[in-house]
Amino acid sequence: MASETIPITVEFTGGLEMLFADQRKHSLSVPAKDERGQAVTVGWLVHYLCVEVMKDPRKEMFVLDGHVRPGILVLINDADWELEGEASYALQARDNILFVSTLHGG
Amino acid sequence: MESASASAQALREQIAATEARLQKLKDELAQVEASDAARYLNGLSLNGGPVTPQNGSAKWPLLNEEYQRYGRQMIVPSIGIQAGQLRLKSSSVLIIGAGGLGCPAAAYIAGAGVGTIGIVDGDTVETSNLHRQILHSTSKVGMRKAESAISYLKSLNPNPTYIAHTEHISPQNAQEIVERYDLVLDCTDNPASRYLISDVCVLLSKPLVSASALRTDGQLIVLNSPPLPPGNEAGGPCYRCVFPKPPPAESVVSCGDGGILGPVVGVMGVLQAVEAIKIIVEGKLAPSPEIQEGLKATPTSMLLFSALSPQPFRSVRLRSRRPGCFACSKDSGLSLEGLQSGSLDYVLFCGLASSANVLTPEERIEAAEYAKIREREHLLLDVREKVQFDICHLDGSINIPFSAFQGGAKAENDGKVPTWLPESLPKEAPIYVVCRLGNDSQVVTRKLKESGLDSGGKRWIGDIRGGLKAWKQQVDENWPEY
Ligand SMILES: [Zn+2]
Repeated sequence: MASETIPITVEFTGGLEMLFADQRKHSLSVPAKDERGQAVTVGWLVHYLCVEVMKDPRKEMFVLDGHVRPGILVLINDADWELEGEASYALQARDNILFVSTLHGG
Repeated sequence: MESASASAQALREQIAATEARLQKLKDELAQVEASDAARYLNGLSLNGGPVTPQNGSAKWPLLNEEYQRYGRQMIVPSIGIQAGQLRLKSSSVLIIGAGGLGCPAAAYIAGAGVGTIGIVDGDTVETSNLHRQILHSTSKVGMRKAESAISYLKSLNPNPTYIAHTEHISPQNAQEIVERYDLVLDCTDNPASRYLISDVCVLLSKPLVSASALRTDGQLIVLNSPPLPPGNEAGGPCYRCVFPKPPPAESVVSCGDGGILGPVVGVMGVLQAVEAIKIIVEGKLAPSPEIQEGLKATPTSMLLFSALSPQPFRSVRLRSRRPGCFACSKDSGLSLEGLQSGSLDYVLFCGLASSANVLTPEERIEAAEYAKIREREHLLLDVREKVQFDICHLDGSINIPFSAFQGGAKAENDGKVPTWLPESLPKEAPIYVVCRLGNDSQVVTRKLKESGLDSGGKRWIGDIRGGLKAWKQQVDENWPEY
C-alpha cells in the first residue's frame, strides 16, 4: 500500500518553466500518502517539486520562506488555489496543477 | 533668376494664405459638428439604461463620415448604434504606456471611435522599440512616445479628442490624470506602476484592463469591474486582491533583459482593446443600481497566452475581492490624500533589484584599459545568457551564464575549482568578468571571490565596468549592440 501513487499533471508558465529544465508540462506519479501516512496535498507537492523535480539551484525563485514565492499563482484544475483550500487541498488522480509566474513586461 | 525666385515667393505666400483659410473652415466645421453631437449625446446614458436622443436634436447622431467609418462594426449585432457606437463616442479611455501593449491597444481603441483617448508615457522612442511598438516609426526615434502615438492615431482617425500626458504615472499625478477618464488600460512594464494604477482605479472607481507580456507569454486580467467603492464585496477584485505581495525584485524580468516577441505583446494589447470595448458597449463603465445592490461577489479570470504551447490560450478562474485587501476592502488603508502626500512608496514596496555598485573601484576595470591588456595571459568570463553570447562575444571569452551562479546550492562548490576554469590557466592569471551592462558581472565577481577562486588575493578577479556597452563606447564602435 505504501507504494500507491497518483497520476497528476504539473505545468509551469510565465518563465517558471526555465527553473524546471525548460519543460512546461510534467506528467508525474506522486506517492498517495506522505511520510506520516496523510493524503498528499498541494503544499506537499510544492515541497516535492522543489526537492525531487527542480534541478535548478535557484530554489528561492520558486519557494521563499517556506511558501510559494509572491508573484506566482497556483491553479488547481484552472482555478485559483485560494478557491480550493490553498496548500491543504488534497491531490486527486488526474489533477492539473499549474504554476504561473506573473509577467510585468509591456 | 531673380524673377523666378520672386514668383516662387509669391506662390509660397499664396499657399500659406490658402492653407490658413482651409484650416479656419475646418475649425468652424468641427465646432458645428461638435455642438450637434453634444446635443445628441446629452441624452445618452453610459450605465445600461436605454439611449434616447433628446427632442430637437440633430436628425442623425453621427457624422456622415462616421457612418461609413464605423459601419462595419455598427452592423455587428452585439454593437449596434445606440448601445454600441454612441457609447463608444461618449466614453473616454486612458492608455498608460505607449509601448508594445499600448500601441496596438490604442490603434483599435481609436479606430473604434472612442470619443476621448489619453496616452501616458514619459519615454522617447528608441530603435529597439520598433519591432513591436507599432504606432512609432523609424523617423520618430527620439520623439516623445505619447506624441508619436497620437500623431499616428490622428492620421488613423481624426475624430477622437487625443490628450498626450508626456510624463510617467506617479502617486502625485495619478489622480489628476486618471479622474478625467472612464476606463483605464494598464500597458506599463513594471510592478510598481501596476500597483499604483490599480490603487488609483479603486479609489476613483474606474474599471481597469491590465495586460503584460514577456518572451513568448502574455497575461490579461480585467480588474475592479464592476468598479464599486472599497468595502463593497460585489466589486471586481483589484491587483492587490490577486497579488497581495509584490514579487521579489530579482524575479522581475523586463523585456529589455528577457526579450519579447513583437506579435506576442501585440496580441495582448489587441485583447485589451477587446475588453475595453466590451466594458463600454455592455454599459459596464459605471455599475447599474441592480449590481450595486446585489452583494454577490464577482470573481475574475486571467487569460494566459503561451505562443509556443500546443494550446496557446487558456483561461483560469481567479478569486473575487479579498477580505482585508489593502486597497478595495472595508479595511482599506488607501486614500487619495495619502497617495498625494507620498505616504505610499510604490518603488520601495516593490523593492529595488540590487544592481547598484557591488564592487569597489579597485575591483573594476574600464573597457579601454582592458583592451590594452588583452595580449596578456588572462581569462575573460562572459556571464550573459547563452542566447546573447551567441549574438556576439569577444574573441577568447568563455560563457557561463549568470543564472548558473545563482541559488543557494552554490555553497557546496565553495573551495573547489569550478569545472569551467581552463586547466591551462596559470593560478595567478587574472579573471575579467563581463556582461551586457556591468551589473551581473559585479555579482558574479563577488561570488567568485567569496568561493576562494582568487587564491587569497593572489589572483585578481574583477569586472569590466559598464560591460559590453562600454566596450562599444570606448573601444570598438562597430561592436553590435542589441
Ligand atoms: Zn483588492
